[in-house]
Amino acid sequence: MSARDRILARLRAAPVIAVAAPAMSETSECSEHAADSSVLVKRFADAMTAARTEIHFTDDAAWPNLLLRLAKEKKVNSLLIGTGTAHGDRLTALHPDSPRLLNYARPVSAWKSELFDGVDAGFTSARGGIAETGSLVLWPDEREPRLMSLVPPIHFVLLDAATIQPDLQTVMATQGWGRGLPTNVLLISGPSKTADIQQTLAYGAHGPKELIVLLVMPGLSQP
Amino acid sequence: MKTSPLSYMPGAQFGSRSSAAVADPSLRSAFRGAMDFLQAKRLAQFPDALELENLRLKGEAIRRYSLSRLPDLLEELERKLTANGIVVHWAETPDDANRIMLDIAQRHGARLIIKGKSMVSEEVGFNHAMEAAGIEALESDMGEFIVQLAGEAPSHIIMPAIHKTRQQIGQLFHEKLPGVPYTENVDELIRIGRKVLRGKFAEADIGLSGVNFAVAETGTLCLVENEGNGRMCTTVPRVHIAITGIEKVVEKLEHVPPLYTLLTRSATGQPVTTYLNLISGPRKPNEKDGPDEIHLILLDNGRTNAYADEQLRTTLQCIRCGACMNHCPVYARIGGHAYGTTYPGPIGAIISPHLLGLKATHNLVTASSLCGACSEVCPVRIPIPDLLIRLRAEAQAGSESATAIQGRGSAHSTLMTAIWRGWALMYGRPAIYRCATWLMSRFRALVPRSQGGWTSCRTPLKPAPRRLRDLLAQKNSGAKSRA
Repeated sequence: MSARDRILARLRAAPVIAVAAPAMSETSECSEHAADSSVLVKRFADAMTAARTEIHFTDDAAWPNLLLRLAKEKKVNSLLIGTGTAHGDRLTALHPDSPRLLNYARPVSAWKSELFDGVDAGFTSARGGIAETGSLVLWPDEREPRLMSLVPPIHFVLLDAATIQPDLQTVMATQGWGRGLPTNVLLISGPSKTADIQQTLAYGAHGPKELIVLLVMPGLSQP
Repeated sequence: MKTSPLSYMPGAQFGSRSSAAVADPSLRSAFRGAMDFLQAKRLAQFPDALELENLRLKGEAIRRYSLSRLPDLLEELERKLTANGIVVHWAETPDDANRIMLDIAQRHGARLIIKGKSMVSEEVGFNHAMEAAGIEALESDMGEFIVQLAGEAPSHIIMPAIHKTRQQIGQLFHEKLPGVPYTENVDELIRIGRKVLRGKFAEADIGLSGVNFAVAETGTLCLVENEGNGRMCTTVPRVHIAITGIEKVVEKLEHVPPLYTLLTRSATGQPVTTYLNLISGPRKPNEKDGPDEIHLILLDNGRTNAYADEQLRTTLQCIRCGACMNHCPVYARIGGHAYGTTYPGPIGAIISPHLLGLKATHNLVTASSLCGACSEVCPVRIPIPDLLIRLRAEAQAGSESATAIQGRGSAHSTLMTAIWRGWALMYGRPAIYRCATWLMSRFRALVPRSQGGWTSCRTPLKPAPRRLRDLLAQKNSGAKSRA
């Protein structure tokens, strides 16, 4: 008999206590405003700001130049972008003098030390936002790998305001997470932080010190 | 207070360790300050008592339901994880777990293992098992890094270095890290830690982590953290090993959000943590990062014993938030190290007897005034005082039984049993009771001045010169004669 079989046999020998499946239908405070996107956006922005995230309201036409301007202000010399993404291609098409655009085109093992020491910022999209907690939903993939949002000291995120949902439960239900997930899914709710020394909050523990969200508003179209 | 490198210290010395802790003013003020801070932060996260109660009921319902189906869910989890490409291992004891992990490490020729925070890895003594085999296991959570550098064990399950002041940490960094000048600036100390560990993430062969929730329906491991070191450990090295107790499994993904919000708000008073990291498989052929191999170790280590008993099973509902210790008047005064076990505080007192047996831990279940603060704040409503009373009874029980908890009856005392027998006899028969109380009030002068633990800081107990019965009789006869 293997360890597995012995453990399972002990569990199966224990008394059976029937417990009904928990009711998961209850709604959160935020879901009452699900229909009102302006309430969701405000709640999202407030919660993210409270966790020291920078939020910039922008629109689809203006965000590339806004990103380049912010990068310059923050003295970002090298900006890591994904490969084969529409938003990455739009930045590339601008041929900026600064910052230098880097593509995450090779496996991490091929350029680990450069990634850890030579990249000032990463730029990714987010798949959605969560109003209740001020969280970004990221599904890293081969175009925008996992470490883009973790290793560079600054993380820029492009988020479509229309994708903001009331809460995590709703995101899981509407996006059908229960049917199967990619290798990695992330919720990011601010810059990396720690309070492990005398409960004093410090930012940039191991991940990005700054999290900057470019929130693309549908109503804000350029004339 | 310096601790031995072992993850467990003899229970018999619990009293002397507690006395030493209580007499240490800097330790006392570190814990008092931290407890007040954490209590206030938690309270601010639950402004609505009704919402809190509903959420706790939901958390309890999810955990109780998950446990009721534990063997089925573990099998489903194994099936789904395997289909996702994650290798599942089962370990009955800490030694089994370490052997499995060492085997993986040696197969990859690993020299450095970088660790995210994992209390189960502390429970099995992972660092020492690897060290003995010549493999460095380095903690990367800032608190754990500090504690490891000091050669200590964590004193709190969420905030491992809670017992240290920033001055002590500044001195530690200055002494142990080459070329680091003394500083007590927290931002600077964190920057130093970040710099030291950043190179290690890139260099490590294996990353080790715990698991907060394991989801059976999708085969997903959920990790909750603020620093990003957990993501580093599970993403950068070629191999990721996760270790968890068998009780952490839930059936559905939708069961995670209520437990997640209860965990972050109860633990550190945060509405949400910086990262929730959901891992459902190793790197796919076209992906550019993430581990090539993921292993999950499912550890029993006494959990099936707790599971076998309907009442003791509630112990396994725990989601390891640490709120019970943050609100415990005993923990606040003696700190985490005095317990001598991996898990301190109220949750430690009720889980440790299953992991280590009652023989080694029966002192811990007495370290409570049964005030009930722990169960009042527990996000999954574990009836901790009831469990403490049950374990006290088990420890005092007369005979060792094969089915019950290991070390049952190990605190059994013939004298105490005789005293309680006498008490029961006296209180069950009015004639004996009257006779005994009469004798006690007449011979009160014979009461010993030293009464064991009681007189160490209190005046001796002495029976009253006249019994209540006599006083009442006198009052009644006086009233009659006046009438």
